[in-house]
Amino acid sequence: MYVAVKGGERAIENAHEWLAEERRGDVSVAELSIPQIREQLALAVNRVMAEGSLYDPDLAALAIKQSRGDLIEAIFLIRAYRTTLPRLGLSEPVDTGAMAVDRRVSATFKDLPGGQVLGPTFDYTHRLLDFALAAEGFAPAEAPQGTPREEPVPHVTEFLDREGLIQPEEERDATPPDLTREPLKLPAGRPLRLQALTRGDEGFVLGMAYSTQRGYGRNHPFVGELRIGKVAVEMEIPELGFAVEIGEVTLTECETVNQFKGSKTEPPQFTRGYGLVFGQTERKAISMALVDRALRWAELGEDNVGAPAQDEEFVLYHADNIQASGFLEHIKLPHYVDFQSELELIRKLRREAETATRREAAE
Amino acid sequence: MTRAQPGPEASMSDYNFAYLDEQTKRMIRRAILKGLAIPGYQVPFASREMPMPYGWGTGGVQVSAAALTPDDTFKVIDQGADDTTNAVSIRKFFEKTAGVAVTERTSDATIIQTRHRIPEEDLTEDQLLVYQVPIPEPLRFLEPSEVETRKMHALEEYGLMYVKLYEDIARHGEIATAYAYPVKVEDRYVMDPSPIPKFDNPKLEMAAIQLFGAGREQRIYALPPYTKVVSLDFEDYPFERTRAQEDCGLCGSGESYLDEVIMDDAGGRMFVCSDTDYCRARREAGHRGSMADEGEAFA
Repeated sequence: MYVAVKGGERAIENAHEWLAEERRGDVSVAELSIPQIREQLALAVNRVMAEGSLYDPDLAALAIKQSRGDLIEAIFLIRAYRTTLPRLGLSEPVDTGAMAVDRRVSATFKDLPGGQVLGPTFDYTHRLLDFALAAEGFAPAEAPQGTPREEPVPHVTEFLDREGLIQPEEERDATPPDLTREPLKLPAGRPLRLQALTRGDEGFVLGMAYSTQRGYGRNHPFVGELRIGKVAVEMEIPELGFAVEIGEVTLTECETVNQFKGSKTEPPQFTRGYGLVFGQTERKAISMALVDRALRWAELGEDNVGAPAQDEEFVLYHADNIQASGFLEHIKLPHYVDFQSELELIRKLRREAETATRREAAE
Repeated sequence: MTRAQPGPEASMSDYNFAYLDEQTKRMIRRAILKGLAIPGYQVPFASREMPMPYGWGTGGVQVSAAALTPDDTFKVIDQGADDTTNAVSIRKFFEKTAGVAVTERTSDATIIQTRHRIPEEDLTEDQLLVYQVPIPEPLRFLEPSEVETRKMHALEEYGLMYVKLYEDIARHGEIATAYAYPVKVEDRYVMDPSPIPKFDNPKLEMAAIQLFGAGREQRIYALPPYTKVVSLDFEDYPFERTRAQEDCGLCGSGESYLDEVIMDDAGGRMFVCSDTDYCRARREAGHRGSMADEGEAFA
């Protein structure tokens, strides 16, 4: 008997209600609050802000709650909200040199102005499940406090720059293009590439970066510096004619120093990869810097060895997890019509093949 | 600072007519006009993230949003049917955000958004057909690079496509493309008609304006009314329109494109019109298929 597809509307409504129920889970367990997510799942919140391209910890926490902890779904919620917001203007470029650093490590110099600041990192934790956390009401011992160092924290690359050992960065005054307001055009140029990478999927960018380390477009990176902390965001207010501070954001910045033996066009020198991501997101920032460096082969006169991470089109078209998951998951939508046309084609081709085989057998 | 944050009590009226802001709609309309001026050419546009996923018809939704006026009557079909879940969802979206009248009747609609089908009934000059497009580039599966395929279109270099069609014939005895069958528009651009069955290809020459929206791929293209659209083929292997060699079990039509429905686990099957409105209209006019009694109770 033929059950036509009527009832789609009711099915959708019922599915949404069931989903809401599942989202809440067992009602005898206390409901998660937005502040709880924001404070206690801060790294998830950071990822959602970074890939959602919207710095708002409360909205990111709400998105995580609404998406039942599916971070790509949460990123999608933030993106869909972000795109409806008016663009009021552009901030001044943030000065990461003036960052109030919580963490700042250099892998290239044992000590340096500003010092090595380990900060709140998992790096040297032993990955043993801490069963004490399973008991609620656990309050951590207060971490010892030091006096913040008042000295400036200059970028490591500046030291190398002064000696002329590192490839200088071109000064640009042009307003960078906005990936979210213009269609992607190739070749994209570095500002656009960096934009795409900073909002790209963490797993994808990590995989691409890792592939360069294993030899697919190797570029010998050192983490010259990784810094995490707050920077002021300033914006010029037309009525005032000067820039005022409108808020602050936490950023993770990674500058890699890459070995470079020189090419036809460039002398031997160190080169740079750059990563800058919202929030404490250092895996992403380091990955971004490696991929940025790999994509710079053309401007540095290096060989294109055909590595995936060197292929701008490949990286930029596949880094976005909202595009990727949308297209991937859409194959679960109805495809009766195209499948039907394939069915007919396959049946016809098989009939013809069978007839041909039979004819051959008879001959 | 206050933030426009739609809370639980906020309604969709907090959003602009048809969801998108006017600036965005203007940008999309410009792309549409350019598309109409260069039939078959893929116009890049700054596609927005929509509140439904890429792959669910965000390109079509953006084109519809830019084309809709408050006086329009809107129809949405997916696989030819008005009541597949995603068609229902998109129709509801515009009911909510634009407050436009909606219909399931092809002839009553001024704008029809479709996925994978062209309605059986001929459209008129007063209608607009909006397609949802997954991959707008007909050469994509022959050449993965967008930089290369744009060059190929610019140079009108379509040899690769003909080689592919030729290889099909050499291997299978015919062109083994059943849907998204490539066409040439006004003797210039090779175009992907979206994944409609090739049965629908001859209908691409029609009185209505046809707009194609690919959200994720950020492309819009268009066919003005009565544009010449030729399905690619060879003189000795002409284009062939195919459908299941059956009649619709519900309305008896031997002309329409049919879906195959599995009835039981013993190979029992039934063929029914994929265009649900066409089928309904025929049944209302008294046409009956061989399995009408069985099907009617559920349809």
